[in-house]
This record gives sequence, structure tokens and C-alpha cells, in this order.
Amino acid sequence: MGESEGAMPINYYIVLALALFTIGIVGVLTRRNAIIVFMCIELMLNSVNLLLVAFSKMQPAKDAALTVAGTDGQLFVFFIMVVAAAEVSVGLAIIVMMYRNIHSVDINFLNRLKH
Amino acid sequence: MGITQILFWILTVAALFSAIMVISSKNPVHSVLWLVAAFFTISGHYILLNAQFLAIVNIIVYAGAIMVLFLFVIMLMNLNKSTEPLKNRWLQIVGIVSGGCLLLVLVAALKNTEVSKNMAEMGTGEAGLIKTLGRELFTTFVVPFEISSILFLSAMVGAVVIGKK
Repeated sequence: MGESEGAMPINYYIVLALALFTIGIVGVLTRRNAIIVFMCIELMLNSVNLLLVAFSKMQPAKDAALTVAGTDGQLFVFFIMVVAAAEVSVGLAIIVMMYRNIHSVDINFLNRLKH
Repeated sequence: MGITQILFWILTVAALFSAIMVISSKNPVHSVLWLVAAFFTISGHYILLNAQFLAIVNIIVYAGAIMVLFLFVIMLMNLNKSTEPLKNRWLQIVGIVSGGCLLLVLVAALKNTEVSKNMAEMGTGEAGLIKTLGRELFTTFVVPFEISSILFLSAMVGAVVIGKK
């Protein structure tokens, strides 16, 4: 490995992003606090962002025509951040409203949404 | 092993440790602070990949704005004394085991794909600079950019409407 000066195999980034994503999933499955579940979703979004940035740097930069290759991937990350910011504001408003109604953020109480 | 590789491994270990601390600490405030640490390590990864604009935006938007919003909500609800009843022990074990199985399956599936033979170039290229990204954002991606402003407006209106009830 390591044929050029600063280059990491993309494998490492794939495994790192998958590990962060899995930690987020385990958090969603094992915690009961709605805010922590929401934070784990943010962690999963960030692992996907990291993988997108790593993929955007996969093209060799020696070719002069390719020095700006990968801009699309990084702009996708930018738009994911935009959507995540909007999502957080609405989601936290929903959690605050839920706390006002049932005085708890325990997601086990949310099953009364059924009836 | 060059300085880039050493920094990569340090940041990787720090990211995984702080992510594990997010889901394992009892106090929600500590969880938020560990998540801020995780975002800083991910920003460090962006800097190693020469994505400078995204590194700064990640710190400002995620660690600066979104996490402060989380902290405000936790303080508002007075949740900072870990009163959360834990899930049943068996449910926790099942969650961890199924997460581990998912990780195993995904890593095994992606290990030998064609794309994983590539290298990620670090510290080179101009794709992550503000000049390149800004030009692309305001020419090719100008319509999604304007649509995202409408998305923000609707999210703001939605948050206010939900909060006023």
C-alpha cells in the first residue's frame, strides 16, 4: 500500500464510515431517550458525509484536467448538511411539543400515538 | 508511515471512541459533548482529505449550531440528571448483536468490490477549496441552492407552528 506520498486505501474509509454508521444504529436500537436517538441519526448522517468526501478524492490529481474532479461529491455533502440542519430544527420542535404533552422524552411512551 | 497516516489513525481512533461514548454515557449532556468531539474528528478527516470548506462548514454548522440547539433543548427540559430508564438488558444485547451483524455483513460485502482497490488522495487537488466549490455551486447547482433556501424557510415556519401549539 501507500504507493504515493499521501494516499490512504479507500477501504479504510469504507470501514470507518460503516463502523460509525453501525454505532449510530446500535444507539437508535438501545437507547430510550428521544434526543439521544436523534443524535445517533446525526452521527449516521455524518458517517455518510465522510464516505462521500473520501470517494470524491478517489481520482488521481496528477492529471491537470482532473484537479477539480470530485467537486460534485463535496457539494452533495454540503446539501446533506443543509437538509440535516432543517431536519434538526423541525425534529427538536416535535420533541419539545411531545415533552409538553406527555412530560417525558421516553420513546416507549410514544406508542400512545397509536390510539 | 508518514505523518498523514499517523494523523489518520489518531483521528480514526478518536472518532470511534467518541462515537461509542455518545451512545454509552448516561448523562445526555455528556452525550452531546462527545458528539461534538466526534464532529471535530470528522472535520479533521476532512482537512486531511483537503476538503477545507467542508471542514469549516462542519464545525460551524454541526458542532456550532446544531449541537448548541440540542444543548438548549436538554437544558430546557432539565434532563441533565440521567433519569432515563434503561431498556431491558436483553433488548440491549439484541441491539448490539444485530448492529454487529450488520457491520460484519456490510464489511464482508464491500471488501472485495472493484471500487475498494482505489486510493483516496490526501492533501492534493483543488476540489475542496472554496473557490472551486463556490463557482460550481453558483453555476451548475444554482437551482438546488435556491430550492434549499425554500426548504429552510418552510422548516422555520414549521418549527414556529409546531412550537406555538
